[in-house]
Amino acid sequence: MPKIYIDNKSFDVKAGKNLLETCLSLGYDLPYFCWHPAMGSIGACRQCAVRVFKDEEDTKGRIVMSCMENVKEGLRMSVSDEMATAFRAQVVEWLMTNHPHDCPVCDEGGSCHLQDVTVMTGHDYRRFEYKKRTYTNQYLGPFIHHEMNRCIQCYRCVRFYRDYAGGDDLNVFSAHNHVYFGREKDGILQSPFSGNLAEVCPTGVFTDKTLKEHYTRKWDLTTAPSICQHCSLGCNTIPGERYGKLRNIVNRYNGEVNGYFLCDRGRFGYEFVNSENRITQPIIRNRTIEAVSHDLLIQHLAMLLPGQTLIGIGSPRASVESNYSLRELVGKENFYQGVNDDQVFLEQKIVDILQSGCVHTPSLKEIEEADAVLVLGEDIWNTAPIMALAVRQSVMKTAAAESLEQVPLPAWHDVAVKELVQEAKGFLANVTVLPSPLNEIAACSMQGAPDDMARLGFGIAHILNPTLPSVGVIMEKAIIIAEALKHAKRPVIITGTGGCNDGLIRAAYDIAVALKTEDRKPGLAFVLPECNSMGLAMMRAPSLEKVAGRVQNTPNVTVVILENDLYRRIPAAKADAFFRQCKNIIVLDALHNRTTEKAHVLIPAATFAEADGTFVNNEGRAQRSCQVFMPAINTIKESFKWLWEIKALLTSASNGQEKHPDELLARLESSLTQFAGISAVAPPRDFRIHGSAIPRESHRYSGRTAMLSNLAVSEPKPLQDDDSPLSFTMEGYRGMPPAPLIPSFWAPGWNSGQAVNKYQQEVGGPLKGGDPGIRLFEQTTATPVFSRDIPDAFVPRPNKWLLLPQHHIFGTGELSMYTKGIAERSPEPYITLSKWDAEQLGAVKGDLLSVKTDEKIYTFPLIIEESLQDGIVLMPAGLQGMDVWSWGAWVNITK
Amino acid sequence: MLSHLRTMWLVFLHLFHKRETIQYPEEKIQLHPRWRGRIVLTKDPDGGERCVGCYLCAAACPVDCIALQATEDEDGRRYPEFFRINFSRCIFCGYCEEACPTYAIQLIPDFEMAEYKRQDLVFEKEDLLIDSQGKYPGYNFYKVAGLDAGVKEKGKGDNEEEPVDIKSLLP
Amino acid sequence: MTVMQHIWIVLGVLFVLLNIAAGLIWVERRLLAMWQDRLGPNRAGPLGIFIVLADTLKLFFKEDWIPPFADKWVFILAPAIVVGSVLMSFVIIPFAPGIVVADLNIGLLFFLAMSSLGVYSIVLGGWASNNKYALLGALRGASQMIAYEVFMGLSVMGVVMLSRSFNLIDIVAAQENVWFVVTQPVGFVIFFIAGIAETHRLPFDIPEAESELIAGFHAEYSGMKFGMFFIGEYMGITLISAMTVTMFFGGWLGPAFLPPVLWFFLKTFFFIGLFILLRASLPRPRYDQLIEYGWKILLPLVLVNLLVTGAIALWLKS
Repeated sequence: MPKIYIDNKSFDVKAGKNLLETCLSLGYDLPYFCWHPAMGSIGACRQCAVRVFKDEEDTKGRIVMSCMENVKEGLRMSVSDEMATAFRAQVVEWLMTNHPHDCPVCDEGGSCHLQDVTVMTGHDYRRFEYKKRTYTNQYLGPFIHHEMNRCIQCYRCVRFYRDYAGGDDLNVFSAHNHVYFGREKDGILQSPFSGNLAEVCPTGVFTDKTLKEHYTRKWDLTTAPSICQHCSLGCNTIPGERYGKLRNIVNRYNGEVNGYFLCDRGRFGYEFVNSENRITQPIIRNRTIEAVSHDLLIQHLAMLLPGQTLIGIGSPRASVESNYSLRELVGKENFYQGVNDDQVFLEQKIVDILQSGCVHTPSLKEIEEADAVLVLGEDIWNTAPIMALAVRQSVMKTAAAESLEQVPLPAWHDVAVKELVQEAKGFLANVTVLPSPLNEIAACSMQGAPDDMARLGFGIAHILNPTLPSVGVIMEKAIIIAEALKHAKRPVIITGTGGCNDGLIRAAYDIAVALKTEDRKPGLAFVLPECNSMGLAMMRAPSLEKVAGRVQNTPNVTVVILENDLYRRIPAAKADAFFRQCKNIIVLDALHNRTTEKAHVLIPAATFAEADGTFVNNEGRAQRSCQVFMPAINTIKESFKWLWEIKALLTSASNGQEKHPDELLARLESSLTQFAGISAVAPPRDFRIHGSAIPRESHRYSGRTAMLSNLAVSEPKPLQDDDSPLSFTMEGYRGMPPAPLIPSFWAPGWNSGQAVNKYQQEVGGPLKGGDPGIRLFEQTTATPVFSRDIPDAFVPRPNKWLLLPQHHIFGTGELSMYTKGIAERSPEPYITLSKWDAEQLGAVKGDLLSVKTDEKIYTFPLIIEESLQDGIVLMPAGLQGMDVWSWGAWVNITK
Repeated sequence: MLSHLRTMWLVFLHLFHKRETIQYPEEKIQLHPRWRGRIVLTKDPDGGERCVGCYLCAAACPVDCIALQATEDEDGRRYPEFFRINFSRCIFCGYCEEACPTYAIQLIPDFEMAEYKRQDLVFEKEDLLIDSQGKYPGYNFYKVAGLDAGVKEKGKGDNEEEPVDIKSLLP
Repeated sequence: MTVMQHIWIVLGVLFVLLNIAAGLIWVERRLLAMWQDRLGPNRAGPLGIFIVLADTLKLFFKEDWIPPFADKWVFILAPAIVVGSVLMSFVIIPFAPGIVVADLNIGLLFFLAMSSLGVYSIVLGGWASNNKYALLGALRGASQMIAYEVFMGLSVMGVVMLSRSFNLIDIVAAQENVWFVVTQPVGFVIFFIAGIAETHRLPFDIPEAESELIAGFHAEYSGMKFGMFFIGEYMGITLISAMTVTMFFGGWLGPAFLPPVLWFFLKTFFFIGLFILLRASLPRPRYDQLIEYGWKILLPLVLVNLLVTGAIALWLKS
């Protein structure tokens, strides 16, 4: 550990870091613009100047950019030095000569890195009295607003967009003091990570357009730590609320999971919470007045339920607490997963593999650090975008690491490293049904039918471990991939349920296990469809098809459906038949859908933003999502609260006591041992620091005495939160909260999201107190059991096509589609065929084709995909309002 | 002791001084232009609302009695969707006026705003907006803010260059 | 004197006294305003005199609240004591020849005894309120009263020596030629200072001290119970003024163009005015300064005064 001297104080610091990171890690407030902890240094903005001295005697020293200087043993430097301070103030003054005076109408104001740095350097008066430069703006799509006047030319946007996230439609144009960051012409930013520009840009050039619709400053938002609801990765988010409406979502750093970035579905897919389509009141159908009060509902249920067989249908988008509460209400034998048979089968397989403990499942951070990645049959670009981003980093970092072995350069030196690496890439094999944008950086890619992809996997496994059965032919690609994986130290295999094929999962498992040696630690990552798919699958309940069979043979069935639209799970005909057989249907959900239309009793459930809940992500990491705000309408409650209230009606010894997430998780642990440890996911609800709760509101939250005064001039009592150690007020502990309870990143002088530096043990490292989340699967020394059952090669059938889903980052999600911008970017339903198949049918692009599946005919326009395997038809998965199709079935297509 | 007696004597002499009291409802008081009384929202010289909904007044308010919501018209011009001051909480400190970057919110020399019902002290935007520029005539924020919000085009504002032609490499 | 006459005198004294005390509400506010270049209450009635009525009505109709944490009976008793003890003191004051409720030969001692009782109201009120500010006020009140009680008694002893009687009528009569203020100037000054402290008026309002103790011993009182303390204070002012007049300014004595009782009241009002002027002009000393001032300066001074008076009296006699 080198020892360095900052302002004559000695520190033991980490080697291999630059001075800027080191100073920030040590708690110094050193301003910067172009440097970003995830993207390294380029030394462009000249803002982080410090003075470095030769030795103890040297009083003159020299000004250097701290982001471009390595830590050296015995280095002497000064942050507070007069010359360095004046230099930094001068740089800001230059930057500000052209920065417009529009902070009042700028969405960045109040969480602006440029504002913070300007204040930090002490520049407060504009001496430059000449004209300011202006630019015209561009339309960049529904997510990002562009105001180029504000640009300070730090290049962070293009470095993120192009280098980090692999986008190619944002660039820098023109020259000298006219450089322009934008697109070649107006148009939608294509990268699914474009939302991060709003956070990456140190000022207001790129801002969140959805926030603009209902603009609120950062200091006015009520925020709480939350978990993204739109895929299985469980990215950590900070949603903000004002006046009872969710206003925006920003990234919540979690070193193990999402790091600094979110995908656009996660960032912008929050608007369902504010939707007109929300269920706000309990509804009892077939009455003159269907909307009823809480008491009437309870009365009705008390009459309805006794003597009924209660059957519960859980949901992969409901929290662990809610699913568990439903299981407690109806009993273990009456609890079903609410997911179709095929999906349950795949998820069960995944849970079995992870619970066996034979193989390690990596976090996203570990995927980023992998040195060879095989994606087997999962379209992660669309089903788990942030995982795709992590895979991209692994490819880039591996290439950089290999180059740096030859040339000793610090890893943070972004430009030099890029020069050195040139076009070299780490190893990525991307095996998917359709080509994915990841193929651009893949060393090896292949398109094929799921069975063929699985056979490739088994082929690789056979090469790695010849005791495993051979697939017959040795595939060339299998050899390349196997070789690359063999040479890696930390290979990662990624697969998931998106391919709708268990062969893929088994093959991936065989490869991962076959790779395991003393010095090679393979990881096997699975992608699941929804935010709590893993948590629900771990409860090991039967599928929806099973409950349909059960209902047929049981009289007086009351089915309780928890936050689940069954029409998105099983074909409409089957769902209709199921509902016909139920005597009573009780549905708890947040938004009206086709299932809630069938409900006899409809109970308004809280969305993630209005509820506390725990979600288990794809790596088996349980994470707590805290309630952001209390719904204005008091009939909206967390599902688990409703379910316990209903349970109290059925048990004579009802004490009416409310159940809190802590208690539920503790009970869950004792009744289902696979959840052991989950109750430590967040500090208990009575956790206090110096006797204080942690405030959700900022210390400068405004309008407290006026926001409700139009209703009544007397202010209501502040809301109480009994479920978590967070408070709904401004009062509370303002210091460092425990990592799972960080409501927002803020530090004195750091109003922008860059304040996250203060919350990390070291810049870019884990949060203080460890990154949040409890991993429920641990690796053991169990002997692996290989899967030897290899599927047959895919053979197209005459006049039959294998129906497979095509996932879309914008379009597939049930809830994200309520965001206008996401709906705008969602595709219209289509049918995709290979060129040859299309020719056989005599159809050209755009022709309407009819697919017959599940006794119904669907007619959509044709899209021709050259690289699609013949004999396969692709249809978009999970579009809003669409029936669900039997994926993996053989269907007829007619023109 | 003597100084005490002197004090008492001096105080006693005040019996014969002029009274400072103004008999208020009958006699009106002369207020200065900078007197901090009723809060109003002013308009710019073009008759548009000056308030751009920046929330700085709300943040500056020590009693948190200002609540507003910003919104935008089709030109991108910001204005408050609602703007509410709870005068039953207001302490007339004038911080909101100091914080206001567009001279929209102003305190004027009028204090006669007592009500019989507290609820009537909650003022909405319609109650606050006046058809005047108040103390700062001639100021229009959008003329100096750079961006184009329907008031002027890019480059047409005060002290602004024409928009950069990014296709040109000339200096 | 017949019993009827006696009853008339008692009722008369009571009536006049209570009216003066109530009227002082207006007098004090007007005078303070005058000395502060204001107008003071001038809206209700001619010259604002009806503020007395308004204030009294207000006090009557205010919620008479006993805090749940208070010691209920003592809490009720305390304000009664203050009014009771002051009224009892008036028993011995000769307003004019023949107008006195009780012509006691130990009148002066009775006055000292009664005014000392007043301290109980402060101590009990502060204690019963069960409030730390009230208790602090009560403690200060008690120690202040004890200190000033001592030399208040001693300061009038000179008068007693000169008039050779404790009977107030005799004392007034002894001033036929020269008022005792001339022969006992030090005694007068000290008696007056002690009187201010006794009534805990500004500048010696240490037990209530709004700015430190937020009204001290009566912080928890409201409605008419607070009103009793309020009235008690004004009656205390009247009492001390009346006593000063009786002992040092020749009581009812004065040129014959005015009736004696009017002379008495004129002189008394002068001192009431002085009390108010004191309030208008002097700031409150610190608590320790007040006690120090009492014990270390006033007490030795009064003893010396007593010694000199005694010596002169002996010398004159011999």
